[in-house]
Amino acid sequence: MMKKLKVKPHQLRGRFNLNLFDQFMIAIIDYGMGNLKSVHNAFKFIAPQIESVVTSDPMIISKAERVVFPGQGAMPDCIRELDNRGLREIVIESAMNKPFLGICIGLQMLFDKSEEGDVKGLGILEGSVNRFKSSKNLKIPHMGWNEVHQNAPHPVWKNIAANERFYFVHSYYVQELDASIKTGSAYYGNSFTAAIAYKNIFAVQFHPEKSAESGLQLLKNFISWAL
Amino acid sequence: MGLAKRIIPCLDVNAGRVVKGINFVSLQDAGDPVEIARRYDEEGADELTFLDITASSDNRGLILDIIESVAKEIFIPLTVGGGVRSPDDVRRLLNVGADKISINTSAILNPNLVAEASSRFGSQCIVVAIDAKKVGNHWEVFTHGGRNSTGLDAVEWAKKMVNLGAGELLLTSMDRDGTKIGFDIALTKLISEAVEVPIIASGGVGNLQHLVDGVLLGGADAVLAASIFHYGEFTIREAKEYMTNNNVEIRL
Repeated sequence: MMKKLKVKPHQLRGRFNLNLFDQFMIAIIDYGMGNLKSVHNAFKFIAPQIESVVTSDPMIISKAERVVFPGQGAMPDCIRELDNRGLREIVIESAMNKPFLGICIGLQMLFDKSEEGDVKGLGILEGSVNRFKSSKNLKIPHMGWNEVHQNAPHPVWKNIAANERFYFVHSYYVQELDASIKTGSAYYGNSFTAAIAYKNIFAVQFHPEKSAESGLQLLKNFISWAL
Repeated sequence: MGLAKRIIPCLDVNAGRVVKGINFVSLQDAGDPVEIARRYDEEGADELTFLDITASSDNRGLILDIIESVAKEIFIPLTVGGGVRSPDDVRRLLNVGADKISINTSAILNPNLVAEASSRFGSQCIVVAIDAKKVGNHWEVFTHGGRNSTGLDAVEWAKKMVNLGAGELLLTSMDRDGTKIGFDIALTKLISEAVEVPIIASGGVGNLQHLVDGVLLGGADAVLAASIFHYGEFTIREAKEYMTNNNVEIRL
């Protein structure tokens, strides 16, 4: 029994209105943690005519119209490397004033603190990050395709079906937060934060760049998101 | 509804070409890795695994070209294994777009490689492949396609690899590999219950019920198969429908 017919990924290889995106730039923040190639590949695939750069230059990040903040590995390492490159300030500034997409640890770092290495986050949002409690039937990391429930409508959810599956790989999640910013949730042992939205920030625990057509649609929505 | 069990087709790559018989009638070029990867993606594969079986070191670099081309068009997780010997090998593969790197023999020769690679790149991208075979009343870790025993107990080895930082285990039964009589359920269950990380079951799949058994009886989080998909016996979509109809949660 099939749920529905799906769009093939290369039908999402999009053409945006060129005039609208003249001199438009997407900056993917590189602080030496993890693989940014996939994120960059995904933006080049859905919007080949829009400039997207992987960068650790605060000047370039400050000029970008869209900022993507990815993250892989352990949060203490991510925070340390971010500071080693002097990028904390520009990340906070970007998160305050332009469309900003956090991915995985890039979501977790926005909050006050994490149980992982008992480290402080950037403190842009109130809340804390905790580890899944492991049990016989609950493997850690939470790895694979899980359904994301959309708690609240948002332009970045446009054309994405209710309970669409996205690819996750993580052991920690944002446990305590202001419920009003939780815009997506998924279930793994308990319900957990899969996406948050606050003003110009949208951040996801899953990997849109690895989530086939639904992930590409989300990235497309992020580009088109007008505040 | 929650996390779906994953179906992972495995592609054997030799000198830049996919070599295990591919039977997609409509493909222009049956050995082209990008075309094959695209087809599996369209059929609904949850991940792809590339196994580099290139014997000559001259051709080793070709896997990098392949992964780079596939990663530009296919947006699902890509795992690469075969011939990974050092943290630099891991880095090179990640840099061209691989998401996870599978380490097998090198982990046995140098267990510290697993620790080094996972601390540098994160355990989410380090998969340890274990080839196990029953010897007496337990399972031992084997190398060289099941010919050489290491004397290591498979359960102890699995625990050790997870402690060193493996984020996932790819478990292949060398007794079942190529037999088409189904996964070694007892082995899969034993390892799955012994460690916290997800287990990919491999070796022995001959029909779709075997995939269901691997998950429901063996406790596998993902199932890997090569020949049933390559030779066109079943499509991934058929496998997914079958599993869904047999109470396995699947991404459709």
